[in-house]
Amino acid sequence: MSPLLTRRRVLAAGALGATVLALPGCDALSQDPDVEAVLRSAEALTMDAQRLLLRRRPLAREFSSADISPTFRVNGTQAPDSEDYAALSATGFTDWRLTIDGLVDRPADYSLADLKTLPARTQITRHDCVEGWSAIGQWTGVPLGILLQQAGLQPKARFVVFHCADELEQTLDGSGRYYESIDLIDAFHPQTILAYAMNGADLSVGHGAPLRLRVERQLGYKHAKYVMRIEVVERFDGFWGGRGGFWEDRGYEWYAGI
Amino acid sequence: MTREPFGGTPSRRITLMYRHAIVTRLTHWVNVACFCVLLLSGLQIFNAYPRLHWGQYGADADPAAIEIGAEGSAAEPRGFLRIGGLSIPTTGVLGVSTADGELAARAFPDWLTLPSYQDLATGRRWHIFAAWLLVLNGLVYLAYGLLSGHLRRDIAPRRRELGPRHLWREILDHARLRFPSGEHARRYNALQKLSYLAVIAGLLPLMVLTGLTMSPGVDAAIPTLLDVFGGRQSARLIHFVAASLLVLFVAVHVVMVILSGPLNNMRSMITGRYAIRSEEPEA
Repeated sequence: MSPLLTRRRVLAAGALGATVLALPGCDALSQDPDVEAVLRSAEALTMDAQRLLLRRRPLAREFSSADISPTFRVNGTQAPDSEDYAALSATGFTDWRLTIDGLVDRPADYSLADLKTLPARTQITRHDCVEGWSAIGQWTGVPLGILLQQAGLQPKARFVVFHCADELEQTLDGSGRYYESIDLIDAFHPQTILAYAMNGADLSVGHGAPLRLRVERQLGYKHAKYVMRIEVVERFDGFWGGRGGFWEDRGYEWYAGI
Repeated sequence: MTREPFGGTPSRRITLMYRHAIVTRLTHWVNVACFCVLLLSGLQIFNAYPRLHWGQYGADADPAAIEIGAEGSAAEPRGFLRIGGLSIPTTGVLGVSTADGELAARAFPDWLTLPSYQDLATGRRWHIFAAWLLVLNGLVYLAYGLLSGHLRRDIAPRRRELGPRHLWREILDHARLRFPSGEHARRYNALQKLSYLAVIAGLLPLMVLTGLTMSPGVDAAIPTLLDVFGGRQSARLIHFVAASLLVLFVAVHVVMVILSGPLNNMRSMITGRYAIRSEEPEA
């Protein structure tokens, strides 16, 4: 037999073998921590590339009222399942207070009425779920930057953490509590608002009453609903799973720009 | 490089020509790996919301242009693929398939998704990593192809090759499984050039651009993308259709590789050497 034929056979068998072996091996690869670390390296690349593209801080597209989705899908928590929240909701959130604390000079509490006296921004934007669907809605609220300026950031401040009223996953240790975090670049973007109204009406319970974050330019899970407390921190690895958010702790990217 | 044929008719000569440059070969196989990962992880991502819309927005309450789903009772679910008004029963493969020994409602079956179980976060991680690799690999290929003249010399069709008579001739030859031999086999034929060009300059850039249009960050930076593709949901639909066309291309490509001499073709894409059989009389 000619050596050429042998080499050909080896090549062909090798190609076939690699294909057959690769498919079932993928689940094991997906669960390997080293593979995960390599795959996660693309996340930093994505964030750096997007920050470069967004360095002039452009606005996400704003639509006209004719473009608003007839039905805006309620996602995640439909209604927080706690007595405290039920009591707040029963009185139209008049007893609700938003706390701002952490690395700020002037920690503060705001009632819903207080927030409504501050300068407001209204924007009709597209909400993009990580699953793939989109809905367009109109949001009115206070730019987060105004609240942060009123509170006065300390030099070590780097991230803004949003603590929410809902537990999306029932757990014994409370780690199913929803939370989110963004950095100061996104926090001070003009379209980053704390919305108390949607499509011209008070925010409904399904969409996060009384207050939800809008951080346009990122995926839906960053837009925390039922915000109760805003904590300014230097790092977020001390909270729950340490990755900066409920879904981040469950494998999703912290920077959700794609 | 010329060698005597082993056991063939004495009038045939086999010439090993250097067909594929090292850059072409490397980028081809990186592309193969990227394509497999992108396809399987893409189907995982699709499964998280297996409906496609046209326009800027689209969610459960909005009409879908393409949908893979399940209907009927939990005991006897029926899978379907719906394209516009057309509904095709697909139980067993699409909409409803067997996962872990039980019938489950999922758009694409577990043997077509990466990972096999439902895990959007992991699917996205594979997808975005492979997408970066595909783009960087593609840029290397394009830079090489332009600078070396490979694209102009080997891929761009000649004017005479684009005449209807010439193309019709090639279509008939392909249909009869008559592939170029001898000197004609040295170069790509016109159908090959056109299909490679459609993938390199058409489908792959379209995949990247529609993929980027699904990114809220990129949309803020380059809102023109939303106008070009008609919205994030349209881009998602185009992404899916273009991916389907790429699958079709790969299927035809692999069949052609097998029909026109699998070992010779595989060797040329691995070592660069491609055997030309010519009918010249022996010297």
